[in-house]
Amino acid sequence: MMQQYQPATSHAPLLEVDNLVVEYPVGARTVHAVSGVSLQIARGETLGLVGESGCGKSTLGRAVLQLRRPTSGKVLFDGQDLTAMQGDTLRLMRRRVQLIFQDPIASLNPRRRIGDIVAEPLMIAGVKDPAKRKQLVDEVLAAVGLDPALVVGRLPHEFSGGQCQRICIARALVLNPEFIICDEPVSALDVSIRAQILNLLEEMKSRFGLTLLFIAHDLAVVKAVSDRVAVMYLGRLCEVGPSEQLFAKPAHPYTALLIEAIPVPDPDVRPTETVRVGEPPSPIAPPSGCRFRTRCPRADARCSAEMPELRVVAPGQLVACHHPLI
Amino acid sequence: MLSVENVAVELPTPRGNLRAVDHVNLTVGAGRTLGVVGESGCGKTMLSRAILQLLPKKAKLSGRVMFDGQDLLQLSPEKLRKLRGRSLAVVFQDPMTSLNPVLTIGTQLIETLQEHLELDQATATKRSVELLAAVGIPAPEQRLTQYPHQLSGGMRQRVAIAIALSCEPKLLIADEPTTALDVTIQAQILDLLAREQRRRHMAMILITHDLGVVAGRTDEVAVMYAGRVVERAPTPALFKKMRMPYTEALLAALPRIDAAPHTPLPAISGRPPDPTRPLKGCSFSPRCRYAVARCHAEKPDLAEAETPAHQYACFHPIENHAGAAA
Ligand SMILES: Nc1ncnc2c1ncn2[C@@H]1O[C@H](COP(=O)(O)OP(=O)(O)OP(=O)(O)O)[C@@H](O)[C@H]1O
Ligand SMILES: Nc1ncnc2c1ncn2[C@@H]1O[C@H](COP(=O)(O)OP(=O)(O)O)[C@@H](O)[C@H]1O
Ligand code: SF4
Ligand code: SF4
Ligand SMILES: [Mg+2]
Ligand SMILES: [Mg+2]
Repeated sequence: MMQQYQPATSHAPLLEVDNLVVEYPVGARTVHAVSGVSLQIARGETLGLVGESGCGKSTLGRAVLQLRRPTSGKVLFDGQDLTAMQGDTLRLMRRRVQLIFQDPIASLNPRRRIGDIVAEPLMIAGVKDPAKRKQLVDEVLAAVGLDPALVVGRLPHEFSGGQCQRICIARALVLNPEFIICDEPVSALDVSIRAQILNLLEEMKSRFGLTLLFIAHDLAVVKAVSDRVAVMYLGRLCEVGPSEQLFAKPAHPYTALLIEAIPVPDPDVRPTETVRVGEPPSPIAPPSGCRFRTRCPRADARCSAEMPELRVVAPGQLVACHHPLI
Repeated sequence: MLSVENVAVELPTPRGNLRAVDHVNLTVGAGRTLGVVGESGCGKTMLSRAILQLLPKKAKLSGRVMFDGQDLLQLSPEKLRKLRGRSLAVVFQDPMTSLNPVLTIGTQLIETLQEHLELDQATATKRSVELLAAVGIPAPEQRLTQYPHQLSGGMRQRVAIAIALSCEPKLLIADEPTTALDVTIQAQILDLLAREQRRRHMAMILITHDLGVVAGRTDEVAVMYAGRVVERAPTPALFKKMRMPYTEALLAALPRIDAAPHTPLPAISGRPPDPTRPLKGCSFSPRCRYAVARCHAEKPDLAEAETPAHQYACFHPIENHAGAAA
């Protein structure tokens, strides 16, 4: 259970998610998108969140921001419960938390000029002085490596995917937030642009003193930027731990599968065809007990009868598995 | 099996002529896999569309494409259509490009089989079930009545592969077949393609922007940049000793699982040149860290390395490469 976890600093965590449940009704049935997730992120830390498509990563991110109200559970940001907040209080709080999406082009309004897109959060926040707005927009565009003079008057379609992602990052930074949720910010980008954007996020993080929740489906990408990694499967956390430790000694069979799936740029490393069978089952009727059991090579009777809880296996490393690898 | 000789593709645009493919030479033998690697926009898709003769109407194509003893550029549209259904198959990044959203999986497979192999309904149905099973789709009989939108992205790509394989093609072109998918599903689809390629002794072209994808899964690699092949080698030779700075830079930009978190990635700065404004010198020169005056003035031709099979276009090839990125 998460209460056993001690954050890296002695301070209270900036974000604390406690037993969060998010469900979507579909007709008479229910999609169990997030089912009891608890995690903590210390100020200044980057927590990576990794898992396959549909496992609930975006839902979790949106529920943290209260863009989707959770079915139950708490989201404490800087000690205050966002799930209990409404209206203006919530809006004020949200300024401190921003979101960056996977598809940079789709998340920019195609009819608005870049200068207006980046200034929009300032307008909403009530920065009335146009000169002040322009100054802040120019600063933040320059910070993400764009020349304000060249970009403010142009439209999103005039930019490549990588440039659009820079613009999205600028828009997220303009209100000087403390916390950014990056939802697969590089999944739609090719290798070279991906490296540029990952470096940019790292640079912005130290420059603006940010705390990040970094969502991706590729463990190699997640490891490049994260202090700790949380692995998610079908709405539940499988494993949480310091990045290097998790790679060196994964405790959960699913973490091991994700590591094995990373393409290695070395022809002598033959891709193995072992455990990567099947796809995740439907979140409408998740398997009993351990949700990973239908794909797990170690599954036994106990795994279908009893749901494994997160418990400590090594310092700072927690796993939810009856038969962990370590 | 396939030999691409001096193929060039030009597209008229309002900004001037765009040279998408610039005098490319390639060969793929039966039972062999060629990887084509490069950043987005470097001409990979246009090259595969040139081979398939599926270019936009206004495109100007020159050169020769010899396939199975015939020059595809000389064939009648009718003959070409027949060939594309039977001997020459393609799988796209977005499986919906090749699937019809309003027809069931079964109808699409059965119609393809009936049209090209002239099978009767019962035999075609039986063959369809076998094909779906071969590409790893559980409960294939039930899938026949489902529509593409009822399947996950990975399943749809499997169906697209089943259709591509249905007429026993001699050459399969897979254009970024896994770029839209998760790492785990990517690994499954790449395994599937490799298995079917070996079993059928097909020739295959695997297009990707990720050198990690081609490393363990191809016999030969061609690296493309700004419409040209800039390095070409048997896969082991390429990874053992890369010659072209661009290839090295593409490899270095990949996040490495053995690197510590927060290690800055050696990203390639900037973007490829505007294809309507070709450079006088080496097209990689504005981004190349080894560039000297000559690189900006003259275009390097493809030259031979130790063996004729290893070619590169560079005035200052990397001499001592240890196999991994510097
Ligand atoms: N508005 C909605 N109504 C019903 N079901 C939904 C809704 N949004 C998401 N879901 C379902 O909830 C589950 C989790 O979705 P979510 O988008 O969080 O996954 P994800 O991990 O972000 O996946 P991806 O990588 O595909 O974006 C999925 O099964 C999804 O189909
Ligand atoms: N239909 C088209 N009309 C004009 N230009 C195109 C068209 N399709 C692609 N291009 C251009 O051709 C070049 C190569 O594109 P493409 O082969 O699609 O690259 P890749 O597949 O490597 O991403 C790019 O500059 C692209 O913008
Ligand atoms: S609890 Fe059982 S099924 Fe689940 S991951 Fe562990 S061994 Fe596998
Ligand atoms: S020719 Fe010059 S600019 Fe081009 S890749 Fe070689 S060293 Fe770099
Ligand atoms: Mg998502
Ligand atoms: Mg393409």
